[in-house]
Amino acid sequence: MLTIDRATYDAIVAHARRDHPDEACGIVAGPEGSDRPERFVEMVNAAGSPTFYEFDSTDLFQLYKEMDENGEEPVVIYHSHTATEAYPSRTDIGLAMEPNAHYVLVSTRLHGNNEGPVEFRSYRIVDGEVTEEEVTVVDEQTD
Amino acid sequence: MAIEVRIPTILRTYTAGEKAVTGEGASLSALIDDLEANHPGIKDRLIEGGDLRRFVNVYVNDEDVRFIGGLEAELSDGDQVVVLPAVAGGSR
Repeated sequence: MLTIDRATYDAIVAHARRDHPDEACGIVAGPEGSDRPERFVEMVNAAGSPTFYEFDSTDLFQLYKEMDENGEEPVVIYHSHTATEAYPSRTDIGLAMEPNAHYVLVSTRLHGNNEGPVEFRSYRIVDGEVTEEEVTVVDEQTD
Repeated sequence: MAIEVRIPTILRTYTAGEKAVTGEGASLSALIDDLEANHPGIKDRLIEGGDLRRFVNVYVNDEDVRFIGGLEAELSDGDQVVVLPAVAGGSR
């Protein structure tokens, strides 16, 4: 199960809406081993594409360096699909390289840049196997 | 000649869980061969068809090796090498 606070959930949705029709991407870092997504980090989609996303390699390096220094790991890795459902594609599955992360997919296919409900779903992707999990949105992260 | 190599979570199955290992080599290519000798199987996760895998990033002293010669990038004692899988995907 993914437990995420309302502010972070809203920030992910806002990023996806803003970047529509291109895919938006980013992470939420948290203390290593905590499974708590605490630090929202929006990333640039270096692919700048409606059907693909990729973190810029230099940004990726800086991000992991920062997380390493802070004792963090990527608790959530999110991206949006802008014309299809919020379910991992074959590409998503093949390229999922963080077995401990929650892979969050948001779909903006219904309302694009506008307000309105978006699909927000979370998965574990390990060794090519996808397992959907429940998402619980809380007002604030508690211990 | 010792070069520290930082290993990403997904490849730690090859390094008995170690986050960093030490290797040797005057080029990235030689270093990867040296890693393979001590951590069999790791080379195939880094290289495909004689080149770095498209979705694996390798950095030497903070610089993406693709900008400094790729597998031929020169290494020297004390260099730090970081391996990071790309974070990528897409609806197609």
